[in-house]
Amino acid sequence: MVVLDIETEDGQREALRRMLTIRAFDTKAADLFSDGELPGFVHLYVGEEAVGVGACSALESDDYITSTHRGHGHCIAKGLDPDLMMAELFGKANGYCNGKGGSMHIADVDAGMLGANGIVGAGPPLATGAALTSHLKGEDTVALAFFGDGAVAQGQVHEAINLAATWNLPAVFLVENNQYGEATPVEKQHNVQNLSETAEAYNIPGFTVDGMDITAVYEAVKEARKRAADGEGPTFIEAETYRYHGHFEGDQQPYRTEEDVAIWKDRDAIESFKRRLVDAGTITEDEFDEMKAEIDQQIEDAVGKAKDAAYPDPSEAYEDMFNAAVPEISDFSSGMRADGGEDR
Amino acid sequence: MSTETSSGTGPDQTKEMTIREAIRLALREELERDDDVFVMGEDVGKFGGVYEVTGDLVEQFGEERVRDTPISEAGFMGAAVGAAATGTRPVVEIMFSDFIGVCSEQIINQMAKNRYMFGGKTEMPVTVRTTEGGGSGAASQHSGTIHTWFAHFPGVMAVAPATPASAKGLLKSAIRSDDPVIVFENKQIYEQKGEVPLDDDFTIPIGTASVEREGEDVTVVATQRMVGESLELAEELAGQTSVEVIDLRSLYPMDTETLVESVKKTGRLVIADESPLSYGTHAEVATRVMENAFYSLDAPIQRVGVADVHIPFSPALEEEVLPHGSDVEAAINRIV
Ligand SMILES: Cc1ncc(C[n+]2csc(CCOP(=O)(O)OP(=O)(O)O)c2C)c(N)n1
Ligand SMILES: [Mg+2]
Repeated sequence: MVVLDIETEDGQREALRRMLTIRAFDTKAADLFSDGELPGFVHLYVGEEAVGVGACSALESDDYITSTHRGHGHCIAKGLDPDLMMAELFGKANGYCNGKGGSMHIADVDAGMLGANGIVGAGPPLATGAALTSHLKGEDTVALAFFGDGAVAQGQVHEAINLAATWNLPAVFLVENNQYGEATPVEKQHNVQNLSETAEAYNIPGFTVDGMDITAVYEAVKEARKRAADGEGPTFIEAETYRYHGHFEGDQQPYRTEEDVAIWKDRDAIESFKRRLVDAGTITEDEFDEMKAEIDQQIEDAVGKAKDAAYPDPSEAYEDMFNAAVPEISDFSSGMRADGGEDR
Repeated sequence: MSTETSSGTGPDQTKEMTIREAIRLALREELERDDDVFVMGEDVGKFGGVYEVTGDLVEQFGEERVRDTPISEAGFMGAAVGAAATGTRPVVEIMFSDFIGVCSEQIINQMAKNRYMFGGKTEMPVTVRTTEGGGSGAASQHSGTIHTWFAHFPGVMAVAPATPASAKGLLKSAIRSDDPVIVFENKQIYEQKGEVPLDDDFTIPIGTASVEREGEDVTVVATQRMVGESLELAEELAGQTSVEVIDLRSLYPMDTETLVESVKKTGRLVIADESPLSYGTHAEVATRVMENAFYSLDAPIQRVGVADVHIPFSPALEEEVLPHGSDVEAAINRIV
């Protein structure tokens, strides 16, 4: 696997590839959802690619991340396999969670991805916990929490940052300020101008960076990671970004106009990064088109494979609750289906 | 005890509407009736609420009384408790009942306890509305049925409508009550239609169950989605087995009398509720019937619910764990 280190030319191409992969994956997910092929909800990362990829390129491969309901981008940025992600979106047995989790719960703990999360604000405490492990075991891993602007209104987010700051843990708190929590604009949720100002309350460094610029995100996280690894505690980073799609697929978006979206699309992170790489001679237009075509094909293939894959056997529904076996689950599930009571 | 009150001045008219519309109507009427009532929750205003239940209320009542909150369940649930203690009547929406995990403290240690701890010297007119239930592929953090936790917890009343009329009547009683009431709305039945009294003083007393269909051979006590599915089943079985279907409606307080009377007649009981089985709502219904009608029982009580697992994402798995009319039928077949 190519290392994601955007200080090298290979790494820059890989970063571009991952951003394109996220966009292709989530654009495809949108189509599939509107065709009624995906169950549940999907929340897409289109527009925010520079944040996930910029951050993950500043991490070491055994570092941890926690994610959100809008997690596909974090997964791909962290190097997860789109085939297995797509299988999970379809609820297939070979998906990352064997079909039990779906879009909102993709996890690969071995790869350091501690889970997308359906509970807004639940990720940062988990990142504090992963940083605590690393502290207790004397490991040199760092934990980074991705969370939304909306999540900054959750008490548990502040408790998590305060713990990490007070215990000087190797954590990075990265807010993806995409300007809305569902339909509510950020200024109706918070009384500060920049969310990074809250860092002051914990006496940790706080920065606001341009989340449409992968290099800006990369540099901020790189520095934060270094502080964390050097035992200097957590950093709070706010990346200003924008989601191009609705909050969830199917959202009518009464809270914004096409023009609002267009302003951000003009500053598209993939487009601007590509331009920089072309200008620097790191990639040619043709190579870019080829890369894009290859990725589109990869995602098409992922969909094909996911559709062909088997659903989990219904009996799997009763597996995985505990490490230990408990009699209740099997007794109840078989008892409810039984034809005749033993007592009769 | 299963009498609907219809005491107001309005005409004795009904109108067909969905459960969603009936809840919105109840909110509208209570907001009109009492200036102290206000609605609060995430995107309940312009966006219209998570399942479009609050809808256009903000247009009529404004942003002060149909109040959008940041994503701060602990904060605004606590604010509701404080506001209620000081003279208002908050109606809080928690988008998914699973998220009550985030704000249980304010429910458990404040809302439920203050009146008692203060020697009865405060009232707690909070209404919490929240959604429950699987069936939409929303996975384990957006599909739970958790009403047992709060029906169990002393100091909280809990209701769970199954029809448009009970959705309206129970919610209005909850808002008018000086005690805290949590209304558990199953999200699969929002589109279900039925006749709803238009009388703006129509309420259903909390603590009353309703016999939705009379029968002789077996009693099915059901909640929420399982009421409709049990009624359909009863219709299918008619001629073969005579099934009495009771909508429990009020989880706490519970209408023991109506349940006991029915089982004394039929001698058989099936309890259908989407909660996990262990220590669940089923167990409470079963216990009350055994305590009061043990000698009338002709067969073991049957429980239909979820087998102590969370609701999984994959349609193949979700379908497996959710209770349905077919499970009620299997339960009836085991004892009739
Ligand atoms: C505890 C909790 N409350 C509410 C929700 C419903 N919800 C899901 S996403 C969301 C908005 C989150 O906004 P933000 O944190 O800014 O993330 P974004 O969606 O913008 O990426 C809300 C309110 C939830 N999932 N969990
Ligand atoms: Mg946001």
